[in-house]
Amino acid sequence: MKRHLISAADLSRGDALLILDTAEELAALADRPIKKLPTLRGRTVVNLFFEDSTRTRISFEAAAKRLSADVINFSAKGSSVAKGESLKDTALTLEAMGSDAVVIRHSASGAAHRLAGWVRGSVVNAGDGTHEHPTQALLDAFTIRRRLKGPGARGSGLDGVRVTIVGDVLHSRVARSNVLLLSTLGAEVTLAAPPTLLPLAVDTWPCAVSYDLDTELPKSDVVMMLRVQQERMTAAYFPSVREYSRRYGLDAARMTRLPDHAVVMHPGPMNRGVEIAAEVADSARSTIVEQVANGVTTRMAVLYLLLGGTEFPEVAS
Amino acid sequence: MSATGQPVAGRDGLAVLDAEEIRRALTRIAHEILERTHGGDEVVLLGIPTRGVPLARRLAARIGEFEGLEVPCGSLDVTMHRDDLRLRPARALGRTDLPASGVDGKTVVLVDDVLYSGRTVRAALDALTDLGRPRAVQLAVLVDRGHRELPIRADYVGKNLPTSQREVVHVLLAEVDAQDAVMISDEGRTP
Repeated sequence: MKRHLISAADLSRGDALLILDTAEELAALADRPIKKLPTLRGRTVVNLFFEDSTRTRISFEAAAKRLSADVINFSAKGSSVAKGESLKDTALTLEAMGSDAVVIRHSASGAAHRLAGWVRGSVVNAGDGTHEHPTQALLDAFTIRRRLKGPGARGSGLDGVRVTIVGDVLHSRVARSNVLLLSTLGAEVTLAAPPTLLPLAVDTWPCAVSYDLDTELPKSDVVMMLRVQQERMTAAYFPSVREYSRRYGLDAARMTRLPDHAVVMHPGPMNRGVEIAAEVADSARSTIVEQVANGVTTRMAVLYLLLGGTEFPEVAS
Repeated sequence: MSATGQPVAGRDGLAVLDAEEIRRALTRIAHEILERTHGGDEVVLLGIPTRGVPLARRLAARIGEFEGLEVPCGSLDVTMHRDDLRLRPARALGRTDLPASGVDGKTVVLVDDVLYSGRTVRAALDALTDLGRPRAVQLAVLVDRGHRELPIRADYVGKNLPTSQREVVHVLLAEVDAQDAVMISDEGRTP
């Protein structure tokens, strides 16, 4: 494994499987009377969140605490923290406080990468702009493997699993990280979205593209619905929310087109009634609640593998 | 302490126990466990990965043969409790698999292949504390090679093997290594 986790592309198939298998062992912890391990005692993890987040921040916090690390939460919510210089100053402050790992969420793509050049510890990207969110992809891969292959599927990838990612790919860091990671693990990924919500260079991504959700559903083992990110929509990407919902939303009628074993995923938070109907989100196919629980487990695995061993040798910057 | 996987053929080393001797040692340990626990009631065998796990299963099978008693058997991974984690890159975890009956109020017998510094056993005792509260904990090992660094001793020993710290002891088991043997070699000469 590399010293930082910035992009899902940093992970080789071996790295990804090591994280998933480690998470598989750590999953048992949730059923134990004492849900804590002493492994990261004396290590400090800083949660540096420049953007709103509940589940990701809490998930990282729970993961670090279950491994006995000390957690410092830094939230720049509402403040006018600018990029560049001030991010660097924050980084140097954290450095002085002796942090061993920084978990960063930032609205600027590439913020985690910049930070990695300034601090000595490991940097974990918890979402940078519309770029990447690698731990979300890891927890999604973990959830898919557990659902389709059972909890005992150690060492196996997702070879041949057909995953359809639906919706606002353009603004989605979750989609990009998932395409990279799932294809590394051998899955066949298809993006289903209106042309206006696909990124420019999507033809260079390791996946197929479709504009029609209905033809993709019967061939899918996994359907991953993306949130329509209204806060990032500065132009008219589709005529109306209602029209989007009719063509790309997953409702109960559409769900019947899926094969019996197929599962429905959503990274949250959901817009019920827009990209996913309430009866789909609450159905037995939905993995949405599992994804939250698996998030803690997967992030524990990442923190353990980055911080649990020898410190990484100094890298000249 | 054990080698990772390959059969011995061609490796420079001296066999100190062969398959027959390992079988006899385990048979004796199984009898001793029955004796010391007054018939093996409430005993749980927990193997420490990798090679402690098949050893625990073999002991459970033997106790089953002798007394017609089904002894619960599982595995206990100690990686997250080790004191030397920071000396090496983070390593993959082994499996922890507790029998459904749990460990509360039971006599837990930890099973490992080689007893050396005692640090693995210390980690196992810590890991066990987080899983429940056994009535008693005992330790069974196939080989005790000495050089303890902690006040820990085994209750059941397959063979006491005086070694120098330069030497390496490899336990090979059919379940993992395709054959049963205990080998001793000079570190400088092992591949």
